[in-house]
Amino acid sequence: MSSKKRTGVFVCHCGNNIAATVDVAKVARVMATEDSVVYSEDYVYMCSDPGQKAVIEAIKKNQLDSVVVTCCSPNLHEKTFRDNAQAAGLNGFTCEIANIREQCAWVHKDRNVATAKAIKISRSAVRRASRNQALEPIGIGVTRRVLVIGGGIAGIQAALDLANAGLEVVLVEKQATLGGHMIQLSETFPTLDCSQCILSPKMVEVSRHPKIKLMTYSEVKEVTGYVGNFKVNILKKPTYVDPEACKLCDDCTQVCPVMVPNQYELGLTARRAIHIPFAQAIPASYTLDIDACLGLNPVRCGKCKDVCEAGAIDYDMLPRTVTEEVGAIVVATGFDLYGQDNLGEYGHGKIEDVLDGLQFERLCSASGPTRGKVLRPSDHSEPKDVVFIQCAGSRDPAQHCAYCSKICCMYTAKHASLYKHHVPDGRAWVFYIDIRSGGKGYEEFVQRTMETDETIYLRGRVSRLYQENGKIRVLGTDTLSGQNVEIDADMVVLALAMTPSKGTAEAAKVLKIGRDKDGFLAEAHPKLKPVESVTAGIFLAGTAQGPKDIPETVAQASAAAAKVIGLLSQPRLTHAPTVAKVRAAHCTGCEMCVDACPYDAIHLENGKAVVNAVLCEGCGTCQSTCLRAAIEVKNATLLQMNEMIEAVLGY
Amino acid sequence: MSEQTPYEPRIVAFLCKWCSSAGSDLAGVSRIQYPANATPITVACSGGVSPQYILSALRKGADGVLVSGCHIGDCHYMEGNMHARRKLYLVKELLEFAGVEPERFRMSWVSAAEGAKFAQVVRDFVEDLRPLGPQDKLNAERP
Repeated sequence: MSSKKRTGVFVCHCGNNIAATVDVAKVARVMATEDSVVYSEDYVYMCSDPGQKAVIEAIKKNQLDSVVVTCCSPNLHEKTFRDNAQAAGLNGFTCEIANIREQCAWVHKDRNVATAKAIKISRSAVRRASRNQALEPIGIGVTRRVLVIGGGIAGIQAALDLANAGLEVVLVEKQATLGGHMIQLSETFPTLDCSQCILSPKMVEVSRHPKIKLMTYSEVKEVTGYVGNFKVNILKKPTYVDPEACKLCDDCTQVCPVMVPNQYELGLTARRAIHIPFAQAIPASYTLDIDACLGLNPVRCGKCKDVCEAGAIDYDMLPRTVTEEVGAIVVATGFDLYGQDNLGEYGHGKIEDVLDGLQFERLCSASGPTRGKVLRPSDHSEPKDVVFIQCAGSRDPAQHCAYCSKICCMYTAKHASLYKHHVPDGRAWVFYIDIRSGGKGYEEFVQRTMETDETIYLRGRVSRLYQENGKIRVLGTDTLSGQNVEIDADMVVLALAMTPSKGTAEAAKVLKIGRDKDGFLAEAHPKLKPVESVTAGIFLAGTAQGPKDIPETVAQASAAAAKVIGLLSQPRLTHAPTVAKVRAAHCTGCEMCVDACPYDAIHLENGKAVVNAVLCEGCGTCQSTCLRAAIEVKNATLLQMNEMIEAVLGY
Repeated sequence: MSEQTPYEPRIVAFLCKWCSSAGSDLAGVSRIQYPANATPITVACSGGVSPQYILSALRKGADGVLVSGCHIGDCHYMEGNMHARRKLYLVKELLEFAGVEPERFRMSWVSAAEGAKFAQVVRDFVEDLRPLGPQDKLNAERP
């Protein structure tokens, strides 16, 4: 053992969290017998102010040069204790954490067994600390630009906040227009203000902001680099229409011979191959849907180009890849609805008058396919009995999504209320499991829907629905009265579960950030880092991270923007110095580490491997690949690892 | 050591910091109980676990070695766990060649969200090691 070190060991009780199962005093006593340990103590709350002060005092009094805190997970307090060690004049990297709470005290009951394991864990940290080097963080430059992926309300809000703070923003949206799902909504709960009226001005602001570069109909294809210095390849798909030249005269759609379902109207109407998603689209321009077009061959069709007086249509437009350099990324890729075709009991999405929530929004919208009249898609008659089914696909761990989609209680109440405003003599029924209406004015809104708008709320699930005599027969249960309920409905609206969008899955892959068990983007910490991804410099906003309503989305987008502003306002960023280092005398230049490195951080110079410390993330793949122990990660060297292994086996 | 009677397998568990160690933290936060036989050593990436560590652990008396990383495709370092899978699979063959039961070495993929799975991995490994008895072949000396 290296005995030159003077290590202090600080064993935390964590109140009773650790002390109830682990004999903390014994851990401290045993650690005192280690060669390198000159001081050890236990204390009830090491992370508290007096606890940290006691550590500082012990460091100064005993001339400690390294510290081991045996406490909770390093994810929680490694930074706390490293900063604290630094405050006492030590180098932060001489401080090690031994996790005896999550990995020991909380998962074992037998006091002797848990204490023995806690000693092994602590001892391995002590051995590691005995060979830790003092390291200085590596400084790196910062690109003061931000990439925002997704042009829905989350991306729009984040982009505006960032741009208004003076940062340059590149906003990438996959669709031909900004707006996302929010622009499809008719009114928003609980105030019933019109969604377009509150979102359109923000869309215009984005398009006119001098600091925002808007790239619609574009996709992020590749991201390389690291926090402060990302390089992004963006594919700009051709729209075949020059937005600068287009005068929005609509002559082209009059002559286009192709009709396809209109995605913006969720298939409730059709559109031409050349189209504008909706009148207020940003950028205000038409897009030629190449998948639907007869072919960019003037011999075959070419009608739109012939009729365009502005000369805005260009069949020779090609896809372009644009490379942007940014310092941080905000991912706001949004949600999709859980597919109706997954719900066999509700007709597999094959019954025409069974709609999803977004389709019903379009029916209620003044700019929608029915100009704001609630009509049945099948025969355009006014439905007199409408059944709304909540939790369609949500809260069903056996078959569908286990989680609660959070917004459906509120939007179903809104739908029922809007329906009653449109068809005052109609009847609205809502099947629900629970009503979850937490939020300002939310509960009052639901009560209004029940009382003023006379919506009938039935607590129970719908087991099945099918078509009969032009109606939809709904078989359900009212669990409060214990009665089976049968309703002959004219229309059924499903509050489908919110699922991560397809774009979210793609973005996670390209950005290499994690997703949770349901496919939503994983935040770095569920409570304390809700807008950070696990990768430094990549932030999350909106429903890509989990189901949430508009106010929450806006709040999270602004929070992500604030985090980016904080990050990019530093003159230089620091990179962890626990990087690989080559022992040149041992290196034979075999290049195995060069091939193994996931970051291309190693190259050969004069026949010896050299590590680019800024690119290296310290994963150690090179270290485990090298046959000659010629490359090692600082503070996780082969010697340290071997001594840690010995320590956990009782040596 | 007294814990050897009755036989309790001693396991060294190399857990990657981003997924499996975080998963074991979640097991802790969820208070999921599992046997204390496995002592964790947190590493940056399963790709950084050298075959040498595994042999070294067996030589120092481990009855089993667990390496647990992120799910394939989810590696924080993009492809470290693929290196681990490719490289460490050979360890099994090496152990067999050396006359050690290859079952004494196990890999698993546990994400940060899979606390219950981590506990189950440890439980299963302990149970599967019991019938094999103490590992004596490579064990240099019992401390």
